[in-house]
Amino acid sequence: MKLPITEATANAAPPPAPLARAASQVVQRDASPTVQKDASMDRQKAMLAGYFSELAHARETGRKVVYTFVPGNLTELIRAAGALGVYPEVNALQSAMRQRSDGFVREAERLGHNEDVCSYVKCDVGMLASGNIGPTGEKLPPPDLLLLSYTGCFTFLKWFELLQKEYGCEIAMLHVPYQADGTVTEDMRRYVAKQLATEVIPKLEKVTGRKVDLDELAELLRRSGRAEDDLVWVLDSAKSRPSPIDAYFGGVYYVGPIFTAFRGTEDCEGYYHDLRGEVAARLARREGPVMPNGVLAEERFRIVVEGPPNWTHFRDFWRIFYDEGAVVVASSYTKVGGLYDQGFRHGQDRDPLLSLADYCLGCYTNHSLTARVELLSSYVRDFGADGFVINSLKSCNSFSVGQLVMMREVEKRTGVPGGFIETDLVDPRYYSQANIKNRIESYLQMIAQRKASA
Amino acid sequence: MSSNVTEADEIVRRCEALYADLSLSAVKSWQASHPGRPAIGLLPIYVPRELVHASGALPVSILGGGDQIDIVKGDACFQSYICHLPRSTVELGLQGRLEALDGFVFPSTCDVIRNLSGIWQLLFPGKYVRYLDLPQAMDPSTGGEFYRRDLEALGAELGRLPGGNAPTTESLATSVRLYEENRRALATLRQLRAEAPWLVPLDESYLVVRAGAVLDVEEHTELVRAYAAAATRRRRKAEDRIRVVIAGAFCEQPPLGLLRTIERSGCYVVDDDLFLGARWIQPTEAEDRGDPLTSLALAYLNRSVVASTRYQPDGLRGEDLVRQVREKRADGVIFAAPSFCDPALLDQPPLQKALGEASIPFITFKYAENTGQFQAIREQAGTFSDSIKLWGEG
Ligand code: SF4
Ligand code: SF4
Repeated sequence: MKLPITEATANAAPPPAPLARAASQVVQRDASPTVQKDASMDRQKAMLAGYFSELAHARETGRKVVYTFVPGNLTELIRAAGALGVYPEVNALQSAMRQRSDGFVREAERLGHNEDVCSYVKCDVGMLASGNIGPTGEKLPPPDLLLLSYTGCFTFLKWFELLQKEYGCEIAMLHVPYQADGTVTEDMRRYVAKQLATEVIPKLEKVTGRKVDLDELAELLRRSGRAEDDLVWVLDSAKSRPSPIDAYFGGVYYVGPIFTAFRGTEDCEGYYHDLRGEVAARLARREGPVMPNGVLAEERFRIVVEGPPNWTHFRDFWRIFYDEGAVVVASSYTKVGGLYDQGFRHGQDRDPLLSLADYCLGCYTNHSLTARVELLSSYVRDFGADGFVINSLKSCNSFSVGQLVMMREVEKRTGVPGGFIETDLVDPRYYSQANIKNRIESYLQMIAQRKASA
Repeated sequence: MSSNVTEADEIVRRCEALYADLSLSAVKSWQASHPGRPAIGLLPIYVPRELVHASGALPVSILGGGDQIDIVKGDACFQSYICHLPRSTVELGLQGRLEALDGFVFPSTCDVIRNLSGIWQLLFPGKYVRYLDLPQAMDPSTGGEFYRRDLEALGAELGRLPGGNAPTTESLATSVRLYEENRRALATLRQLRAEAPWLVPLDESYLVVRAGAVLDVEEHTELVRAYAAAATRRRRKAEDRIRVVIAGAFCEQPPLGLLRTIERSGCYVVDDDLFLGARWIQPTEAEDRGDPLTSLALAYLNRSVVASTRYQPDGLRGEDLVRQVREKRADGVIFAAPSFCDPALLDQPPLQKALGEASIPFITFKYAENTGQFQAIREQAGTFSDSIKLWGEG
């Protein structure tokens, strides 16, 4: 599934942009390449570097390694078992940002994988076939356990079946039912919690040789909840005019720690505390978000975006919006790892397993199309958006199927016209800068005319 | 032409008419003879039809519009990189051709069918739409319990539809028995085809199985038996063709012309996974006197076919395909998958690896339900057949 950027390690490509920058409102577009970084950005970088180093030395230190997916991830549980999590989707998007996914995808196709299937899977398979070198340039350890918590995407099943055949390791399956009619029933919660108790925890304990302490787990979950409070505050700040953040391109950085290996840690709590402080300061100064080429001088358009970004041309893609003064004030992609803005918090339910069940069930793509339409419509209204753009991905049936119908529904419910573009996640063959630029510019022109005549 | 041949041909002709009837006349005539009773559309691949039947409704399998419908509005709902089945299904709905159906059940086959349930909710707000989350956790105490409770809820909902009745232990036991008989009849036909494919051409057997999409189960069982008996009496000689298994066509169905092309290019198709939902539960001789709802749930856990849409680690599907090839004495495999079908296409590399390790040859192509050009496939299948014959002789 789509996921947050956790780039910014020593050997990674230059980060698309600092989270914020103490700058005046006047910004030169092609600012100096030496960008000033915020403390939170540095902090995230340091967290990542430390984590990848831990992973690289997992064999020596005896730490067990669990591969898992971002949506519905059980990071606190993995931590409570003393293991380290690896998130193949993150590896894939990082490969794309470092311009390596093209080679990996082609390698997978050379090995017989079809051009039609999800490029995340192919990127991962290709990376594995090419030595499994992680974003820091160090080899990633093989999994001791594949934790197949599949929320909102059937391709996850196929993906880990493929990996299991490669590694021959233990695999644990967690079936998370779909919220087809927009509700979570008690049966669904208990089904998930029971699988955690009878399938996931025993397998985790088997590979790590360590008992999971449920009290410790509950404490980790409460810590997650506190970080989630701060994240929601940051995302909500986009309701202000001008918005101090970009909730899509910038947002993927903001959700990085909470969507992946860091949830439940003190580092993570500290990161979000600092981030909130930075955004609050920007808000007080009435500053816009920091975009690829500096702080946005004038917020001309407020946009909601549905769908993950393209990773191979992330900066170019973002730049199209920046050049037009378009700020993304809310996005669905930053909810694939949890809809915290709708009220969910880890640790809310005192039973840690039910709390994790609620989390898994609540991720964005586990919601019905109707619920997705309602959420997007509420974003358009609550964030005062002028328009909404759907970035439809060739790779991802989970996100993409139904988006054209959703677009018409959101238009109907909000009276705001939608824009539709098509790209891919990590396969650069499906990204055309000229075409996307053209479409976004025409769309924004139309929005400008609407605003002028309103 | 003997009278027996005519009988088989007659049955096939009837089945072809049912296949071509996209406006569901057969369903409407069933409704005319069962006034007030609902008909429920079931999306691929598997929904326990027994439960729908036990509620007094007619289960109707929806398998897309094939190559018989022009897509006008359906394309406006789907991007080009999504398989074809949902767009023709939406087209059928928007053209009013599914109006005879009182509700729809969408099983958890893949992200496309899952999201199609949402599209249906948005496009047809008045209709009963139900998503059925088939468990992937196959332990009776987790997936089994969850699924049984969900089936119970589904049964109750069907009972609340106008003209429906909540299934009772008795009605469900009867339905379970009737579908078990149907599965046994289908298994006999499948076996006959493996033994004497010259008597049971692929297009015919497919049409006969496919008739079960719209016919009442008892009528269909009779039809399958009658066809199998009539086909057995045919006087036809085996031709020099290779024996192949088709894999990957379990959901979106290839057009009839494509099936005919394969067999006319020097192949006997001795097994396939077309319309897999019809034989999803493997038949059993064991008599089950337990609670029928529990039987239904356990049948899913214990007797489901090996399928690309079910979680199966440990290379089980590869082993299963090799076993299928061996049991059916096939010379090779034709991977025929719908374009953009993630479950079928993601499975191909490991399946091909398993075949490679077992020295079983294969070819691969993609199709859409409305593919109209078969020349390339004819050549591919012909070359495959020739090479196997040559290789076999060598
Ligand atoms: S199909 Fe979509 S959600 Fe699933 S793995 Fe691929 S990108 Fe992720
Ligand atoms: S053809 Fe494949 S992708 Fe399309 S609906 Fe069927 S199983 Fe899903």
